[in-house]
Amino acid sequence: MVKTLLNEVKEYKKDTLLSPIYVSIEAILEVFIPFLMALLVDNGIEKGNMGSIWFYGTLMLVAAFVSLWAGAKSGKHAAIASSGFAKNLRKAEYRNIQNFSFSNIDAYSTSGLITRMMTDVTNIQNAYQMIIRVCVRAPLMLIASLIMAFIINIRMAMIFVVTVLFLGVVLFGIIFIVSPIFSRLFSRYDFLNASIQENILGIRVVKSFVRKDHEIEKFRNESETIFSIQGKAEKILVFNSPVMQLCMYGTIILISWLGAHQIVAQNMTTGELMSLFTYTASILMSLMMMSMVFVMVTMSIASGKRIAEVLNQESDLTSPENGVQTVANGTIDFEDVSFHYGNDEDILSHIDLHIPSGSTLGILGTTGSSKSSLVQLIPRLYDVTQGSVKVAGMDVRDYDLKVLRDNVAMVLQKNVLFSGKIKENMRWGNPNATDEEIMEACKLAQADEFIQLMPNKYDTYIEQDGTNVSGGQRQRLCIARAILKSPKILILDDSTSAVDTKTDALIRQAFLEKIPHTTRIIISQRVSSIQDADQILVIDDGKISGLGTHEELLKSNAMYKETFEAQNNGGDFDEQ
Amino acid sequence: MNNRDTNSLKRVIKETITSYKIESFIVLVLIIVSSIANVYGSMFLKSLIDDYIVPLLSQTVPNYTPLFNALMELVMIYGVGILATYGFNRIMVTISLGTLKHIRDELFEHMQTLPLCFFDTHAHGDIMSVYTNDTDTLRQLISQSIPQVIVSLMTIISVTISMFILNVPLAVLTIACGLLMVYTSKKISAKSGKYFIAQQKQLGVENGFIEEMMEGSKVIKVFTHEEQSIKDFDQVNDALFEASANANTFANVLMPVVMNIGYISYVLVAVVGSIFALNHIAGLTLGGIAAFLQLNRSFTNPIGQISMQLNAVIMADAGAKRIYEIIDMESEVDDGIVTLEQIDHDHWAWHHPRKDGQDELVPLRGDVRFENVNFSYNPDKQILFDVSLFAKPGQKIAFVGATGAGKTTITNLINRFYDIQSGSITYDGIDVKLIKKADLRKSLGIVLQDTNLFTGTIMDNIRYGRLDASDEECIAASKLSNAHEFIKHLEHGYDTMIHAGGESLSQGQRQLLSIARAAVANPPVLILDEATSSIDTHTERIVQEGMDKLMEGRTVFVIAHRLSTIQNSDAIMVLEQGHIIERGNHEDLLKQKGKYYQLYTGAFELD
Repeated sequence: MVKTLLNEVKEYKKDTLLSPIYVSIEAILEVFIPFLMALLVDNGIEKGNMGSIWFYGTLMLVAAFVSLWAGAKSGKHAAIASSGFAKNLRKAEYRNIQNFSFSNIDAYSTSGLITRMMTDVTNIQNAYQMIIRVCVRAPLMLIASLIMAFIINIRMAMIFVVTVLFLGVVLFGIIFIVSPIFSRLFSRYDFLNASIQENILGIRVVKSFVRKDHEIEKFRNESETIFSIQGKAEKILVFNSPVMQLCMYGTIILISWLGAHQIVAQNMTTGELMSLFTYTASILMSLMMMSMVFVMVTMSIASGKRIAEVLNQESDLTSPENGVQTVANGTIDFEDVSFHYGNDEDILSHIDLHIPSGSTLGILGTTGSSKSSLVQLIPRLYDVTQGSVKVAGMDVRDYDLKVLRDNVAMVLQKNVLFSGKIKENMRWGNPNATDEEIMEACKLAQADEFIQLMPNKYDTYIEQDGTNVSGGQRQRLCIARAILKSPKILILDDSTSAVDTKTDALIRQAFLEKIPHTTRIIISQRVSSIQDADQILVIDDGKISGLGTHEELLKSNAMYKETFEAQNNGGDFDEQ
Repeated sequence: MNNRDTNSLKRVIKETITSYKIESFIVLVLIIVSSIANVYGSMFLKSLIDDYIVPLLSQTVPNYTPLFNALMELVMIYGVGILATYGFNRIMVTISLGTLKHIRDELFEHMQTLPLCFFDTHAHGDIMSVYTNDTDTLRQLISQSIPQVIVSLMTIISVTISMFILNVPLAVLTIACGLLMVYTSKKISAKSGKYFIAQQKQLGVENGFIEEMMEGSKVIKVFTHEEQSIKDFDQVNDALFEASANANTFANVLMPVVMNIGYISYVLVAVVGSIFALNHIAGLTLGGIAAFLQLNRSFTNPIGQISMQLNAVIMADAGAKRIYEIIDMESEVDDGIVTLEQIDHDHWAWHHPRKDGQDELVPLRGDVRFENVNFSYNPDKQILFDVSLFAKPGQKIAFVGATGAGKTTITNLINRFYDIQSGSITYDGIDVKLIKKADLRKSLGIVLQDTNLFTGTIMDNIRYGRLDASDEECIAASKLSNAHEFIKHLEHGYDTMIHAGGESLSQGQRQLLSIARAAVANPPVLILDEATSSIDTHTERIVQEGMDKLMEGRTVFVIAHRLSTIQNSDAIMVLEQGHIIERGNHEDLLKQKGKYYQLYTGAFELD
């Protein structure tokens, strides 16, 4: 995991290295200053030597300024290194997610991916900054202070060694006990978030059923759990400060007592005693810092793991090397195709189907009958688990993936428009499309009419999720966007469900007139949308239940007949 | 809360102190004790050299007893100090976690009372982040920053006093340096604060970008748009890096600057102090300088500590603002006086207290009337114009029209998710404004296109309709709505856990559950908003059967875009841009040859 993450430091290696170097300078000087202080007291003040006072005073000032400079430098490099590292991590994650196949995408939830790219990366960024600054600084301060203490007086320095060991054991003992409690706490936080989200999304239901009190009670239970787990952890963590004081005060008293003896025995000066007091503080502070870093790093391990998971996720569907660069025509063949997601049972079994180039295939089936899965195999959004799907006589797995998908346009059941102008959305289909071409496509999809009524026409801004256009308008825009690809094959997966029947008919009419050579596959729950197709496929539970023209199926297929009759008693509309 | 403009931080602190009066007082006392112990230690060092060590040097046989006694005294004082430190830290845990829990609970409870327009007009991700990111900033503030600042302030005060007792000129010098530290850290943290705000904003932007792209990731694949989306992402991501690097640079620079000003102050005091001592000015001794230098460190350290907390304080202030923004929002007003009373198992009545003291019981029948209703969500766009309609008990009323014609709005008005601007809506002859909202809504069952199932078992979800329903009643309801069929085929049946809104179920199955949920509530009036739209025709027949049984004997408002669902309605309202343009039953409307006729026959135009 660590290696995967560190691979992304890249151009920020220099900053990552410079920061600890400057930190070291800063830390060494910080330790050196009290030492100078001792010299100043002993050689200057005690001997009444004003010259020495000025000399050591100036030296100390210089040291302070150099330390300030080094500290500022290291702070800057650390900030750049950690922000840059975070930037690269997000970049790498995003890039890899773009390589995900449909089945990879299915495996992660949107909110999960956002957490992995935002919160988790922020955690790593903070931990990284902490590590490159404090992880060098604290041990260095500790060691340097100890060395100085040893230089001053070996026997006195032994007190420090004992305290450091004691405090170290206690601090890390506390962390050892607390960190599993913290990881439990974080998973409870996820629960809390999920329940809040659920409540917000379902607020209409909550209010309709007057379940306010019920929801509040649920929430209180969850927040109570968090309160008690967190309390458990913090009650242990609380020992940090008093233990720290215990060591500090204990050391001061010991040093005072033993120091007095040493001074009387002429083994030590009073100036040196004063320096020892200063070192007490810096030694114990650095230990405290180290334990803090340790806590942070433990907390960020979970985040690191989650990021590495995304980075290491290999797409299970890749473009072949030297893939075929052209799609000759829009013929599609399914040869003994079976398909299942993950390790589940087959949801499509032994499908054989021939769709001639330029023909129209209609597909009808119940929800969960795998209609969408069937058509998603054509642009290779998923790979078959058995048999093969061929486009223009060639296995889809032999095509260059981009070439294949550029030639197979698909309007997904879950249509998405992106925030931006209508024009910009349309150019997803063809980045070089002229305004005329865009208008042409929108006319074909019966979208031009309502776009012309909008105040800014083709420059109208579409909100995220296309919330400022109606469902039917959104579907028509999505169809226009797909047509702009000038594909050999056009697949509409229940893409006109919100479009009224009349407009739906006009769109199909336009297909016949404007793009007669494009193979068209239309999935619909409306018989009227597909009854004119050259072939109609009735699919039930992953198997072909009927294949033929409208008239043939009315005679031979009970399900088709039943659906037709049910719908023939009334139309289906959403808007005029 | 009449003073909304006051600093949100002050409010957090004030609320914390008022709910933990005794605890806060004890904490304050303990902090003072702990600080005094600390300062006493520094003061002792003065006497250590001058009063104990220097005399020892002049004795031929050193007598350590006075030193021993003094140290014992110090041990005791330090002991008290350590206990006080533990005490206030421990109480602080109770206070900080308790306050956090309290704020979260209050936030959630208040949110439950907010009108629907709050949820309709705020991004969900944004509300969520108030519970997580914003409350987290308060945790940092209460559990770390506030105690740290109090400790530091106490130390500064007691050290200042001690310094003035010891030596006035050196005290003034130290304080001058202290002021310089405060000034510098203010300057720097203002800079970093600016960039931190930019960073938070940029985080929001990037969050939104990723959300949109992840939601549309399948479309990106279908359009092989990966490279373009990476390019767009890099732009957003680079902007975040800029803000983040700048913010952290200033935050990181703060500590070394403040610390080293502290050192400079130390050196100044040492030099000036030495000059004083050597020239016997202001009665300063060698031990005096040593002790003073110790005080100097004790003075500058807490200033550094406080400035370290500045960023946390800035963030917490922003967080608190967002929290109180929600807590201060006006709750849904409910001045209803009419309540619902159960007469016997199947019969309910409205309890209507009259002004003359005579209470009236009106049987609950499900008679809903709109008279000249006008409505708009916001003043500049009226949604409904002069809508009048009536639904007699047991009637089925359907609404037909384009998206945005006002169909859903009408149902939002019946259960008072929104209030009308003019006209009146009555329920069994009572103005809905007089009915307590909870009771009004209890009498209305609702099935929406978005099913909104909750984490829990299938049984829990059905029981959501009526919490005291027995298992048998829930199963009966699911049999009625034809949900039983698929539930019994699930591995764990009614105990199957539902996560994330029921991802493991098909849309149709989820819809069946939401119908069962409404069935178990057994309300006299039902609102079905596109309840069957995502079910295919075949499954719909199964659902329809159950729905027909459910609708029997109830007043039903139905919105659907499938004619088969609505053509047996008692009345069909055709809506266009907020006006009812046609009304009548299926046959009447076909005869009128108006809009409904056009819509209905639209399906056959190509034939």
